Amino acid sequence: MQEKVSFSWSFGHNDPNIWNLYGAMYKSRLFEELVAGLWHKGEITGEMHMGMGEEGICAGVISHLEDGDAMALDHRGTPPLIMRGVDPVLLLKELLGRSDGLCKGQGGHMHLFSKELLSASSGIVGASGPAAVGFALAAKYLRPEKVAVAFFGEGAMNQGMLMEAFNLAFVWCLPVVFVCKDNKWAITTESKAVTGGSVTQRAESFGLPVYEVDGIDVEEVWNVAGSAIHSARSGAGPSLIYAHCVHLEGHFLGDPLLDMSRKPMKKLKEMTGPLVKSIIRLKGGSVKERSASLKLIYDAVKKNTQDQVSHKKDPVQFLREKLKVDETRLTALENNIKSDINSCLEELNLEQGDSWGK
Amino acid sequence: MTFAHAIEEAIGKAMAEDPTVVIIGEDVHLIRVNLLARFGPSRVLAAPISEAAFVGASVTAAMAGLRPIVEVMLVDFIGVAMDAVLNHAAKVRAFSGGQWTVPLVIRAACGGGYGDGGQHMQSLWGWLAHIPGLTVVVPSTPADAAGLMLASIQSDDPVIYLEHKLLADYWLEFMGIGGRSNIQFDVPEEGAKGNVPKFMSEPPIGKAAIRSHGTDVSIVSVGVGVHQALSAAEQLSEKGISCEVIDLRTVVPVDKDTVIQSVSKTGRLVVVDEDYRMFGLSGELAAIGLENGLHFKYKRVCTESTIPYAHNLEKQAIPNIERIKQSVLNFFDE
Repeated sequence: MQEKVSFSWSFGHNDPNIWNLYGAMYKSRLFEELVAGLWHKGEITGEMHMGMGEEGICAGVISHLEDGDAMALDHRGTPPLIMRGVDPVLLLKELLGRSDGLCKGQGGHMHLFSKELLSASSGIVGASGPAAVGFALAAKYLRPEKVAVAFFGEGAMNQGMLMEAFNLAFVWCLPVVFVCKDNKWAITTESKAVTGGSVTQRAESFGLPVYEVDGIDVEEVWNVAGSAIHSARSGAGPSLIYAHCVHLEGHFLGDPLLDMSRKPMKKLKEMTGPLVKSIIRLKGGSVKERSASLKLIYDAVKKNTQDQVSHKKDPVQFLREKLKVDETRLTALENNIKSDINSCLEELNLEQGDSWGK
Repeated sequence: MTFAHAIEEAIGKAMAEDPTVVIIGEDVHLIRVNLLARFGPSRVLAAPISEAAFVGASVTAAMAGLRPIVEVMLVDFIGVAMDAVLNHAAKVRAFSGGQWTVPLVIRAACGGGYGDGGQHMQSLWGWLAHIPGLTVVVPSTPADAAGLMLASIQSDDPVIYLEHKLLADYWLEFMGIGGRSNIQFDVPEEGAKGNVPKFMSEPPIGKAAIRSHGTDVSIVSVGVGVHQALSAAEQLSEKGISCEVIDLRTVVPVDKDTVIQSVSKTGRLVVVDEDYRMFGLSGELAAIGLENGLHFKYKRVCTESTIPYAHNLEKQAIPNIERIKQSVLNFFDE
């Protein structure tokens, strides 16, 4: 079946059209809320990594892409694909494992591929780095002035293959824009605890210009992405956009750390028994070691909770506040997108589930 | 005791007895939280997502006196660290003329059955077993999970320890359930929960277990496949077909004697292997039979392709009870 692709989210190149950016972000958010609801209903199997909280980064970058540009995606491929214009119904069918889905139900949410959009995903942390280098290499030969973008998290900054990809992209002067989405957590481990030095300096030491930016603010991302992509298109080589964000739904749906902050009593009840038994168990570490462990566990839960609470860290809400000056236009835009997304459900004869799994 | 708890008890015992046993891996402060609480952060080391580096480092740490249990989360991710496994861990004993051994356990979750896609549900034991110098263990019951973990830690050579996600409840919760009460998987109850002897008996690595005696067909498997084979055998007995179910427990070294004895009795071999069909465990078992001069009929039920994400397609791509029954029945239709 031919993929139905629309590039309805193409943007102007001189100033950010914040209405279009908001539209892209809002569409992605609504689509993912719909996906989360279906996952909570048990209609989607396996893990589900959401991009909620990354929309500002994705929209700010993807709005600069054109036909023939490539995307190397990580395990959060849904927002970039929605924003790039993949048919939401086709994508939804894939997530439901249907044979008429984007990848015939073979790939699933971590392995989304669209040949037409030159977009490939991987569930292996860091793999999008070398993937983008290869896309850019092919572009250099076959599609002059086209670029490749790699999306990954800060956890990937500790993967050798990504560092090697930085170096390759530099020495071959390839049109790659690496985009690191830093939410401070590598799965359920705080990245700071397992990362030495400065990761932006790492990239700089490979010769990459680094644009560090607040990923909550899509306009800021749009500005730096414009420069990075323009450099790549004009043959000036690769760069890194280093954007900060929060994963509003944790590492994946059902994230145990997030559950602990949302349903503390339930989680504590499950955890405390075995934990107390372990702490007082004969034969083991010294009291000092054991208390160091407790502090680690406590800190992880506390920091994770702090990272989740603030709505100010939601890029969709952040931009929405600015657009409230034109309430009528905002409502009209949102209603349009809502009806688009709802029509996906209607087309598939599905009922919306509760996105928050309550 | 659950399968997962049994492994944790075995590791706790080994860590209490031997201060050189350490745990290294991604997210171990969460997934091994109880061992962390008991032994402290210097024995339970959280690693960055840098498999090539921390598995590589575990090899030389083992050479230099530690007994690391290094975790790569899912066996699929071992691809990132494959050089350390293939070119180093497996070869140090040979290259050093036997001066040096690598007492390392590489622990990983394996297997499918919960709809997570082909990069997170592979089995890969046959692929790893292909490399000389590695021991590969795949327990199917809590008692073996504990015993084989103890034996793996005590082994002076590198062991790949694979725990199936349908057996280890916390993995299934982490990867497949995520707190949902409306989603169910085919968890083999006998494998996920069972008795573990108080003083853990250590099944010697390389010794198979006969899980059910029979005379017509030998079904050989590991991991979840053993439980599927047992269910198939029970249903086939109603049709008057008597199956012997052998749980290899370790892929390498493979217990040739038990397989040969069984197949010489039954004259029919079915291998149930959740790893890929071609060039793997199933073909190896056929070769063992032939090399030992056995005359037997042979079938195999394996994973046929890249594992599809769609749960209904996945169930067909990996072994299931129906496919096993059909393979056995085909012997008698021919």
